[in-house]
Amino acid sequence: MRHIISLLMENEAGALSRVAGLFSARGYNIESLTVAPTEDPTLSRMTIVTNGSDEVIEQINKQLNKLIEVVAVMDLSEGEHLERELMLVKVRAVGEVREEMKRMADIFRGRVIDVSDKTYTIELTGTGSKLDSFLQAIDRNMILETVRTGASGIGRGDRILKL
Amino acid sequence: MELNGAEIAIRCLQEEGVDFVFGYPGGAVLFIYDALFDQEKIKHILVRHEQAAVHAADGYARSTDKVGVALVTSGPGVTNAVTGIATAYMDSIPMVIISGQVPTGAIGEDAFQEVDTVGITRPCVKHNFLVKDVNQIATTIKKAFYLAKSGRPGPVLVDIPKDVSNKKAIFHYPASISVRSYHPAQHGEVGLIKQAAQLLLDAKRPLVYAGGGVVLSEASRQLIELVHMLGFPITNTLMGLGGFPGTDKQSLGMLGMHGTLEANMAMQNCDVLLAVGARFDDRVVGNVEHFNQEKRKIIHIDIDPSSISKRVKVDVPIVGDVAYVLGDLLAVLHSSKQKNDPQELASWWAKIEEWRSKRCLGYKNSNEVIKPQFVIEKMYEITGGDAFVTSDVGQHQMWAAQHYKFNKPRRWINSGGLGTMGFGLPAAMGVQMAHPDATVACVTGEGSIQMNIQELSTCKQFRLPIKIVALNNRYLGMVRQWQEFFHGNRYSESYMDALPDFVKLAEAYGHIGMRIDKPSDVEPALKEAFARKHDLVFMDFHTDPTENVFPMVPGGKGLSEVILAEDL
Repeated sequence: MRHIISLLMENEAGALSRVAGLFSARGYNIESLTVAPTEDPTLSRMTIVTNGSDEVIEQINKQLNKLIEVVAVMDLSEGEHLERELMLVKVRAVGEVREEMKRMADIFRGRVIDVSDKTYTIELTGTGSKLDSFLQAIDRNMILETVRTGASGIGRGDRILKL
Repeated sequence: MELNGAEIAIRCLQEEGVDFVFGYPGGAVLFIYDALFDQEKIKHILVRHEQAAVHAADGYARSTDKVGVALVTSGPGVTNAVTGIATAYMDSIPMVIISGQVPTGAIGEDAFQEVDTVGITRPCVKHNFLVKDVNQIATTIKKAFYLAKSGRPGPVLVDIPKDVSNKKAIFHYPASISVRSYHPAQHGEVGLIKQAAQLLLDAKRPLVYAGGGVVLSEASRQLIELVHMLGFPITNTLMGLGGFPGTDKQSLGMLGMHGTLEANMAMQNCDVLLAVGARFDDRVVGNVEHFNQEKRKIIHIDIDPSSISKRVKVDVPIVGDVAYVLGDLLAVLHSSKQKNDPQELASWWAKIEEWRSKRCLGYKNSNEVIKPQFVIEKMYEITGGDAFVTSDVGQHQMWAAQHYKFNKPRRWINSGGLGTMGFGLPAAMGVQMAHPDATVACVTGEGSIQMNIQELSTCKQFRLPIKIVALNNRYLGMVRQWQEFFHGNRYSESYMDALPDFVKLAEAYGHIGMRIDKPSDVEPALKEAFARKHDLVFMDFHTDPTENVFPMVPGGKGLSEVILAEDL
């Protein structure tokens, strides 16, 4: 099953490689991984999307907790949570397609953030499946480049991951 | 007072009460070696290979409950040390390794003797540090010792670039340290301990299964009290031998691939299993599906949550320090009026005695050729069962584990998890350093001993009177045994041709060598060798090359699918 795991860790050199190394050494899957410092510059927050059986997910949580630099771990998928991913798509935008692309971006609540005479760059946020749907909705041949951040997640309401 | 980084590092080790550092100098640690030169508190043991430095520090730690310390240079110094570090990691041995690194400005430039030490060692340390600021050396070393020894112990590496070891700073060693992301448990959860007590008291076919965690947590006393009070059978893992006295009538001996029939059958057939500081690894449980075919309730006490329900799902998981949890469990049991049903327990013991009566460790002795088991038995008698015994890896390791009945913890020193050949002799050096007056024996084979034989030179330099008991069968015996059983007698590369004359070799290093060919010479030779309190004696026993280790649970099979010597 797909799980989205959030963790707080020391913002130190090498901490990311400990997490990544753990996943590869023990054969766990990483679908996506995002990381950046928090409002407290000594801490980084990481969101990992993974999948596995209940036993594997339990081990992943335990093994992450065991890393010395990991301060706190929360399996967001165990409760109510939100997740968002950012995607930038550069598409061919010439002739009559130009108007069509703008309309599709609007429908998906995307924004055109860069324009050239032949291209648009569209910014889109949402769940991973929404971003997938957008890519399916436009003509595949028009896509020049995509870049996605991977999911970031946060608990709903009182579910808070803090030191 | 201002000191340079190297002097600070040495002062830190002194503050930690380190008496021995096992190491090998080189370019990146020259300042550290210079700082060692002028002091008397720490004795440096110069080994002949960095792997041996780490194994020696490991042997020291295993035999003392203190943190072992090794010091190596950058590049090849570190890569040579990696096998030793991984060995300690797999067996949760507290150790601090200090390594030199190229100067900070040269890091990443493929400098001479540069490796990414933190990267290379990351998967086989509890934690590691690269110290880039001289002001951080003291707190980092303090943290290293704290992490190595607390919680589930393990090796911690501190990498110090050469320029950092030569920069000046004010020395201040923190009295205590805390790490905000690290809070190892001590006491287990009370509710779970009560549940465990109830399960134990209701058990009809109970078994205690105790591992290396009992030794590491110094929980022998509590374990013995618990097992005696309940009257339960107990089995120890390879790592747990000595945690409960091997000669006690409640002990079923070792379990697992080469465990006793009674231990493995009890493991398979018990209705309540109390696992203490053990981790259900593949060499212990064999085939997990087969193990799960029998229904039983499992209580698991371990300090590392990730060891619980990793391979075998348990019913009562208790995270905590084994000594604390057993103490609390004892208190609950003492306060209960309930006792186990004596009839049920008696019939369980009767069943166990049936298995025991097969005498699965028996072997046919011979007047013609030396049986390896006979050597261990005689060694056990002659040392009064009270020696520190280190071993290498292979058949000799299993025979030592089966036939030397360890009654005290920390007497049996072997590489259980990683299975590192070449561990025995350097580990024995660390043990002998820690216990200068004790009898230290290294049980080895002609294959394993050659993996770190150069340490005979270190033993000479520091006058270490280790007794090397080599069971020389001219084969990589365990490999040969598997080839015989599972590869149709195709002995691919398991024959040791062109062996050295170990007597002459021992003599060349300045020691005493003995070659023993006849069974009748075994006892006199052992007596003579162990009577030499101040000499290292290398006993080269030429043993039966066809002997196999029994019982054996083949890889991937269940615990009751065991091969006994009599089956063949």
